[in-house]
Amino acid sequence: MKESLDPDYTGEGMYRENIIDHYKNPHNRGAIKNADIKHTENNPLCGDVVTVSLKLSAGRAEDIKFQGHGCAISQAAASMLTDEIKGKTLEEIKKTSREDIVNMLGIEIGPVRTKCAVLGLVAVKEGIKEFENK
Amino acid sequence: MALNVKKIREDFPILKVKVHGKPLVYLDNAATSQKPKQVIGAMSYYYENYNANTHRGIHKLGEEATEAYEKSHEKLAGFINADQDEIIFTKNTTESINLLAYSLSNEIKKDDEIVLTQMEHHSNLVAWQQMAKKRKAKLKFIEINKDGTLNEESVRKSITKKAKIVSIAHVSNMLGTVNDVNKICKIAHDNDSLFVVDAAQSVPHMKVDIKKINCDFLAFSGHKMLGPTGIGVLYGKKHLLEKMEPFLYGGHMIKEVKFNGSKWNYLPWKFEAGTANIAEGIGLGAAVDYLNKIGIDKIKSYDKELTEYAMKKLEDIKEVEIYGPDIRNRISVVSFNVKNVHAHDTSAVLDREGIAIRAGHHCTMPLHSVLGIIASARASFYLYNTKEEVDKLAEGIKKAVKVFK
Repeated sequence: MKESLDPDYTGEGMYRENIIDHYKNPHNRGAIKNADIKHTENNPLCGDVVTVSLKLSAGRAEDIKFQGHGCAISQAAASMLTDEIKGKTLEEIKKTSREDIVNMLGIEIGPVRTKCAVLGLVAVKEGIKEFENK
Repeated sequence: MALNVKKIREDFPILKVKVHGKPLVYLDNAATSQKPKQVIGAMSYYYENYNANTHRGIHKLGEEATEAYEKSHEKLAGFINADQDEIIFTKNTTESINLLAYSLSNEIKKDDEIVLTQMEHHSNLVAWQQMAKKRKAKLKFIEINKDGTLNEESVRKSITKKAKIVSIAHVSNMLGTVNDVNKICKIAHDNDSLFVVDAAQSVPHMKVDIKKINCDFLAFSGHKMLGPTGIGVLYGKKHLLEKMEPFLYGGHMIKEVKFNGSKWNYLPWKFEAGTANIAEGIGLGAAVDYLNKIGIDKIKSYDKELTEYAMKKLEDIKEVEIYGPDIRNRISVVSFNVKNVHAHDTSAVLDREGIAIRAGHHCTMPLHSVLGIIASARASFYLYNTKEEVDKLAEGIKKAVKVFK
């Protein structure tokens, strides 16, 4: 059973070590100079912001970085996402889903918090869309 | 005499609900209040016994429904010391203010000024902002002091002869500040401006008397005062409402319709087009009965007692920063942040303890930018909350501090 569905669940568990770890020590933090793709998304409900930048090489995300601020879920999910999609093709990245993010976080996410969890992913996908429509 | 909170709690079925296996501690009353069985019952009774459209059918049910719906207008009028035909039922505060912004827009000319404050809820900001844009009028914002009260000098400087409308929150939904609307009303009127009060956060918690304020319009929502969602009120002075254009056109708001023109119905029906939210109107009437039975002054002092207690408990936690004024100028709302913890995360940790608070910008993005913060957590209290629940809030916050240490 997922911890969050456990009636005796005490609160600490939602913020598993991996989430707190990514939140406090985010991977791939920063901005890429001369990025091919750059996009900012914010969640007006809570003020979470994520900006992603991607450098492409032969159709693959050779490098990806993110910047932003917000709750632990939004920032940890963005950090995990950058690890996950580095080296992938744009087609592969576009297939990344909400479920993939939930699996990376390893916790159940309700509809309100989903907006935080997928913020980085939305930024990446919107950025790719802009790049492809150029 | 203090409130019998134990007895009051028995009237609210939802308070028996368990959240994540823990008793619900509902501290999100500024967003919406819970409903007593008297309100739920009045609505069910209507649907089960006399559901019919109002002001139309010449039959028994139609008459009963009409009578109950009109009676609710009377109850709401009594609650704020207005006349029955000055009470317009809308969907909520937002719709009340949209109605005003639309119907008053004919009076607004280029370079006229509309004066708001930095602490307005988006509902008392966006409608005026968009109307001002269309009419090429100017928006002015009264500044706040560091403690979240209105700056008096800014009040005087902002409201000049150019002001046509001054519209301010009676109580801030984020800071809990109680603004001196009587005084600002006088300044507005001295400058020949209309004065509008957003009373969404005040009417549920304190005696609001439109004659004492002398405001021209006042808006509030039913769902924050134990009533259902989908029903709100716009009060307006009769002579002003009579001059104003309707906001919505259609059935029931007319006295006579010809192919090439129409005449408007009497107040307040001129502003209530189409089939009304009848059950909700009746439910709101029942909520007013409930509040009257307990006594709004008693509710106010109890709210204040809880708020003061919560501020003390939270001030004892060194990682907590509280926004807004001290208890003398505040009611029922405590917004705060926990050091190194985003408001969402604070709220998520509390949720696992069964505690419901609000996290985010509470529909006050400009205010948050003035305060230099992105988001905040907000606990807000009502008549069924207890000091034990506030203790649980403080314990939950300590847990959040620990998780993010």
